[in-house]
Amino acid sequence: MHGTRILDEADRLMTVCNSCRYCEGLCAVFPAMEMRRAFSDGDLNYLANLCHSCGACYVDCQFSPPHEFNVNVPKTLAIARAESYAAYAWPRALSGAFARNGLVISIVAALSMAAFIFGFAAVNDRNVLFGVHTGPGAFYKLMPHNAMAALFSAAFLYAMLALVMSVRAFWRDISTPIGGRADGGSIFQAIRDAGELRYLHGGGVGCYNEDEKPTDRRKLYHHLTFYGFVLCFAATSVATLYHYLLAREAPYPWWDLPVVLGTLGGIGLIIGPVGLFMAKLRRDPALLDENRYGMDVGFIAMLFLTGLTGMALLVLRETAAMGPLLALHLGAVFALFVTMPYGKFVHGIYRFAALVRYAQERRTAA
Amino acid sequence: MSSKYDVLVIGGGNAALCAAISARRGGASVLVLEGAPKFYRGGNTRHTRNMRCAHDAATEILTGPYTEEEFWEDLLRVTGGQTDEVLARHMISESKDILNWIVEQGVRWQPSLGGTLSLGRTNSFFLGGGRAMLNALYLTAERLGVDVEYDAEVTDLVIEDGMFLAARLKRPIRGETEIRATALVAAAGGFEANIEWLKQYWGEAADNFLIRGTPYNRGSILKMLLDKGVQEVGDPTQCHAVAIDARAPKFDGGIITRHDSVVFGIVVNKHAQRFYDEGEDIWPKRYAIWGRLVAAQPDQIAYIIFDSTVVTSFMPTLFPPIAGQTVAELAGKLELDPIALEKTITEFNAAVRPGTFDHTILDDCVTEGISPPKTHWARKIETPPYLAYPVRPGITFTYLGTRVNKEARMLMADGKPTGNMFAAGEIMAGNVLGKGYAAGMGMTIGSVFGRIAGREAAKHARN
Repeated sequence: MHGTRILDEADRLMTVCNSCRYCEGLCAVFPAMEMRRAFSDGDLNYLANLCHSCGACYVDCQFSPPHEFNVNVPKTLAIARAESYAAYAWPRALSGAFARNGLVISIVAALSMAAFIFGFAAVNDRNVLFGVHTGPGAFYKLMPHNAMAALFSAAFLYAMLALVMSVRAFWRDISTPIGGRADGGSIFQAIRDAGELRYLHGGGVGCYNEDEKPTDRRKLYHHLTFYGFVLCFAATSVATLYHYLLAREAPYPWWDLPVVLGTLGGIGLIIGPVGLFMAKLRRDPALLDENRYGMDVGFIAMLFLTGLTGMALLVLRETAAMGPLLALHLGAVFALFVTMPYGKFVHGIYRFAALVRYAQERRTAA
Repeated sequence: MSSKYDVLVIGGGNAALCAAISARRGGASVLVLEGAPKFYRGGNTRHTRNMRCAHDAATEILTGPYTEEEFWEDLLRVTGGQTDEVLARHMISESKDILNWIVEQGVRWQPSLGGTLSLGRTNSFFLGGGRAMLNALYLTAERLGVDVEYDAEVTDLVIEDGMFLAARLKRPIRGETEIRATALVAAAGGFEANIEWLKQYWGEAADNFLIRGTPYNRGSILKMLLDKGVQEVGDPTQCHAVAIDARAPKFDGGIITRHDSVVFGIVVNKHAQRFYDEGEDIWPKRYAIWGRLVAAQPDQIAYIIFDSTVVTSFMPTLFPPIAGQTVAELAGKLELDPIALEKTITEFNAAVRPGTFDHTILDDCVTEGISPPKTHWARKIETPPYLAYPVRPGITFTYLGTRVNKEARMLMADGKPTGNMFAAGEIMAGNVLGKGYAAGMGMTIGSVFGRIAGREAAKHARN
């Protein structure tokens, strides 16, 4: 017996799958499963986070529903995965946020954006918020740079702390011996596997989504979203360096590195989330964890909103819309940071840890 | 959908789809009638995993060469000579090309990974298993313009003077209850799920058989063809039967109900008596014979008994072993006579001679002075908990079929080839496989003769 009903079900499925093994060539979950005969809670949470939900094992399985063995690995592991996020959340008191994540994100985002708009208006007079500002330092007429840096650093550092603490707890559970360290080679392998989304490929033909035809482009949209996010993060980092090292103040001209990175990233963060959302709408309900639909969509929406407001800001930054758009953009980014440890963002972190563990197991077995 | 097709394929498994694809590629209009609902499409192909093909050199997925001659010798060994040499050699020769042809139809192979199967040289494994292979074939067939109908149960075949005219359906398909076609490919499998038919040969014992595949393999097309004068081939009492877990569902338990633990223990019947040499041979023979052995025991039940020292020596099982701290406790749970079981195990243990255990070869661990002996891998059963799996005969497929020639064309009872009727897959496997089995041969028969049947049917229809 396990801690939760879904882990009991995951254990049942892994027992079925371990006596079949037809799927061993599809992804990492099944070879990892084959290394075990019995499954602890930690093992099951590890396997759940190793699953990329490509759906191939469901489509290929002779025992998937309506068969009486009722084998639905992607859905079961999706639910187990979502429950694992809450189980390892830090601080524990906030683990409940996962359950109502869609709502939490909407409220936090709305409040953050409103706070920035009213904050700007309160700190400055109305003319500043709706005025036209150009040239270096234009953004800081609305909010001093130091205030902006302090606010976002605090939010970001909190998010990092919460994520590190959560993934530490997760790693303790999935590593053998408990607390065992990850080696550099395995981490490098995991970076490669995560970077190319190696296991979101349905065994090579692509991702399965609405039916048995592997036509889904979820991998592409996920790449656009992830690398869009990374580029935007890089843009912010470069801008910060410009500010402190070169004393060059934003906004920068369109051809300058932070803007180029941010533009490319912004495009990714607009197309990617829309594609992921459309794929989710079309997905076979049998594969969906409906209860966590809000969490997924909330996170996608936040990324989309960040990309959209950022791009709008770039295009309209020399007009009167700059003030409100800056407020919206900063609000979206702030909300994204604050909700990161309690929403779908964590899937990437946990999956990465699971990939490290898998790489390590492979090396040990070899 | 037109009411008349060039080629009508009845069945929906590997052989049927290979036939449909090859007929369509040959320019024919093709309709596939699958009797099962979509989820259960594909008959036994759903549960298969690999295919045995001859090849002259190692490939990405196969080690070493597996020559035509070696394939032929393997076939000769498992069938004990009950095979049509001309057809068999033809099939083996064609199997070389099938390895690539099947990939061209969208099927993907996987490198032979770990597991406990030692088939990396002779057999290619489908990535994702048999259902994945079927999905790929269906996608290709549909892309090519083959029409497919599910739940399409054929109730009658209109055949005159060895010529197929039409098939009648239980439920009309878009208004049609009779489908006419210029040529027929029958690829509708055997009759292993038809318990009443099995009883004709096995008597009441058949009630205790478990069927490893879908309940749709009822042999109705085979029966119609034989009733209408097609020549039969194969021994009706022959079927591929393995020992599977007695707790498995009556139908469609598939691969996961199997046990390959026999060599690690002993097997007793309901009287707690051993009845066969558990150490006779290595995999896969040891695996394939136990279904028939158990079928011959009272109430068609037996128990594989072993102890806690060997539990990780074989594949994990769906159903956990039944355990007892003492032999008597185990016997109680199995509803066996505890005294008889203790006596059997004590006598067995006393007969075990020291040797060097190695389950990968025919080792020198033997018994002395008991009947039946255990001629290899004999080790004492003495470390509690004592464990057992109850097993029953699990029927995979039957051997009775329609006689065909090298063109996959059916022969009538007088020996003359039919005008336009072809057969492929399990429905004609008995031509090649009179008895016995070696892993992956069913799929080879299906793909090779499916492709031939489709090609010949299209050729006939387009003439």
